[in-house]
Amino acid sequence: MNSLFTPLSWSDSGLILTGVWNTVIISVVAIVVGTLLGLIVGFLRAESNKAVNVLFGSVLDVLRSVPLIIQLILFSTFVGAMGNPLAPFVAGSIVLSLYTMAFMSEVFRSGFESVSPSMQTAARSLGMTKWQTIYHIRLPIGLRAVFPSWLGVALSVIKDSALVSVIGYMELLRTSEQLISRTQQPLEILIGVGIFYFIISYPLSHYGRYVERKMAI
Amino acid sequence: MISVQNVHKSFGDLEVLKGVSLDVKKGEVVSVIGGSGSGKSTLLYCINAIEPINKGKILVDDVDVHAKGTNKDKLRQKLGMVFQQWNSFPHMTVLENAALAPRIVKKMSKEEAIEIAKKELEHVGLGDKFDVYPTKMSGGQQQRLAIARALAMKPDYMLLDEVTSALDPELVGEVLDTLRLLAEEGMTMICVTHEMGFARDVSDRVAYFHQGVIAEIGEARQVITDPQNPLTQKFLSKVR
Repeated sequence: MNSLFTPLSWSDSGLILTGVWNTVIISVVAIVVGTLLGLIVGFLRAESNKAVNVLFGSVLDVLRSVPLIIQLILFSTFVGAMGNPLAPFVAGSIVLSLYTMAFMSEVFRSGFESVSPSMQTAARSLGMTKWQTIYHIRLPIGLRAVFPSWLGVALSVIKDSALVSVIGYMELLRTSEQLISRTQQPLEILIGVGIFYFIISYPLSHYGRYVERKMAI
Repeated sequence: MISVQNVHKSFGDLEVLKGVSLDVKKGEVVSVIGGSGSGKSTLLYCINAIEPINKGKILVDDVDVHAKGTNKDKLRQKLGMVFQQWNSFPHMTVLENAALAPRIVKKMSKEEAIEIAKKELEHVGLGDKFDVYPTKMSGGQQQRLAIARALAMKPDYMLLDEVTSALDPELVGEVLDTLRLLAEEGMTMICVTHEMGFARDVSDRVAYFHQGVIAEIGEARQVITDPQNPLTQKFLSKVR
């Protein structure tokens, strides 16, 4: 009698690589979009008065405080219920990007605020315009100051992307779950998947340390 | 010429300048002395349009600094300013610090900007520090960098706001020497300073600020050594 379960074999590597690839893609999208939006929102928060900040802050607080898994399920269910279900990748990218943005904006805000007003006055006194001062002084100094925090957020996004599996996105964790239910070899597979997450994250953290050393001021 | 005409300036309810008038001719060095909170630094900030004024007028080469249509960024190119805190740009080398504004504000080519920056850095005695990051230098060196950075814009005037106040005592001399050199070269300067010796020896005139007005102004040696106003006498007896 043939077993209901079939052991892990080389033919499964295609599935695993698809999972790896999908994890990388959605992480890159979320980090890039989240960083860009976070830069804008962080800058606006550093520049804005209190009223605007309270408004921004409360939206960001919700994004940061509600667990990602709940945000994913609520968003994709809600959009689906409205009659236009989104592909898991699209829904997942939107939620993960906004979630990333919420953390990045705080990182960048503190970066912008770390550049003292007197530094900016010194730049302006040389005839630099407001935007030249932002671009040449505030942005580079602020970004250097918060780069380690940025890296921390980026790395956690890669790991958080595993949660997008709950809305049906075939990333690394979900492919491994499928393999586990078929092979009943959870130990081997989860160890393998853990190694894959490490392989994805390590270059970023390694490169980050290199960049940090180079930028040390 | 810088012409300050009956300038009033308040921060909230606090009136810091209560009708200040001062003319500084080309080539002249004027030192401004006075207790803290007397408004002397605020005057520099107003001349450079960093702070708006409430009343009166400031003309720089006949341009009304605080008029609506004045391009303040353009105006500041003429007015080099150095602050108590040197504010070196920490992410750039010394050379890049000095070359930045000529390149992006005056739109010079990179080569041109670097050439001017090198010249001004040598001018202030930092010829051997081009590739050093400013955070690796002493306060006195960083302050000289700030002076070179301002000079690289080829300003017609220099506004110096207590540039030695934040320095360790042993570093004050090198910065004052640099300013002395500029004065000898004919740079027009307004120096807010606590260095009475410097004010006496280097400047043409000295103005004593007291509670938002110029209480006494005159030839430098005379004001410092033989002040006429009892307020000036009292102040000088305390700082000496």
